Amino acid sequence: MIGVGKMKQYSNVLDKPLNKGKQEVSLSAFAFLFSELVQYNQTQVDNIAELERRLEDAGYAVGARVLELLCHREKGNRKETRLLGILSFVHSTVWKVLFGKVADSLEKGTEHEDEYMISEKELLVNRFISIPKDMGTFNCGAFVAGIVRGVLDSAGFPAVVTAHFVPMEGQQRPRTTILIKFAEEVLRREARLGG
Amino acid sequence: MAAAAIYSLFIINKSGGLIYYKEYGSAGRMDTNDSLRVASLWHSMHAISQQLSPTVGCSGIELLEADAFDLHCFQSLTGTKFFVVCEPGTLHMDALLKVIYELYTDYVLKNPFYEMEMPIRCELFDLNLSQAVQKDRVALLGR
Repeated sequence: MIGVGKMKQYSNVLDKPLNKGKQEVSLSAFAFLFSELVQYNQTQVDNIAELERRLEDAGYAVGARVLELLCHREKGNRKETRLLGILSFVHSTVWKVLFGKVADSLEKGTEHEDEYMISEKELLVNRFISIPKDMGTFNCGAFVAGIVRGVLDSAGFPAVVTAHFVPMEGQQRPRTTILIKFAEEVLRREARLGG
Repeated sequence: MAAAAIYSLFIINKSGGLIYYKEYGSAGRMDTNDSLRVASLWHSMHAISQQLSPTVGCSGIELLEADAFDLHCFQSLTGTKFFVVCEPGTLHMDALLKVIYELYTDYVLKNPFYEMEMPIRCELFDLNLSQAVQKDRVALLGR
């Protein structure tokens, strides 16, 4: 019989390899959707801090799902349990799947032991967005901060994550830094696990 | 020839209001009132020309040639008009207008803080626009 036996038959649906899916979506479509997300949330709030929080919450839901998916798809159902492991997982694996590239840099905060920073010269969500002067330091990267918080929180690394514009010398545009401040319990656990 | 080939750029919304105005070089300088007047005047002239034209389905004036300047106009499907005032005989202005339209769709329409039909105040649009005009100028000098 022609064609039979070409495809491997799986008796159990769970044994099938997970479809990698289409790797790219239209940037314009995403930009318009994200723009609408911001505009909708703007109508629901009366101050900027609230808008930031809502964008972060929207990102959190994405992050929680992304962790689940990527652990299954990329890491053979294994999850990072160490601080540096999960950070580099966010910096490279998560970033690559979401934005098509690894993040520009991952650094440890110089002043505090519990702070880490992921920096991006031009964050994808901010590509077409100009913040009006009257909105001060507001950054739509709050959405990405939310994604990072979602991933970390679901992996058992509760943290406070915020997005900031950082002016760069010799550059017209500031870069965006995602600041991650881990909860005390995470650092205590790290210390117990040792180097 | 060191003078700027482009004198100024206007963007007007579908009801004839000026939403963006930028001057390049010192030639043909205008104050705010004059620029608003030019914008609404052009809007009306454009609409009238569309009605008076003997050709069916005319989309309005695309080029106005005067002694001291040329005016190139591009109207998008939604009725937003882009026009540049430039030195007589400057070439490739229609291509530049298309580039400007592209920048408008990217940096203005995809910006969640821009209100439709309102004056354009977007940092990224300004930045990319001046780059595009600069590039055009360099290409012009090279010719």
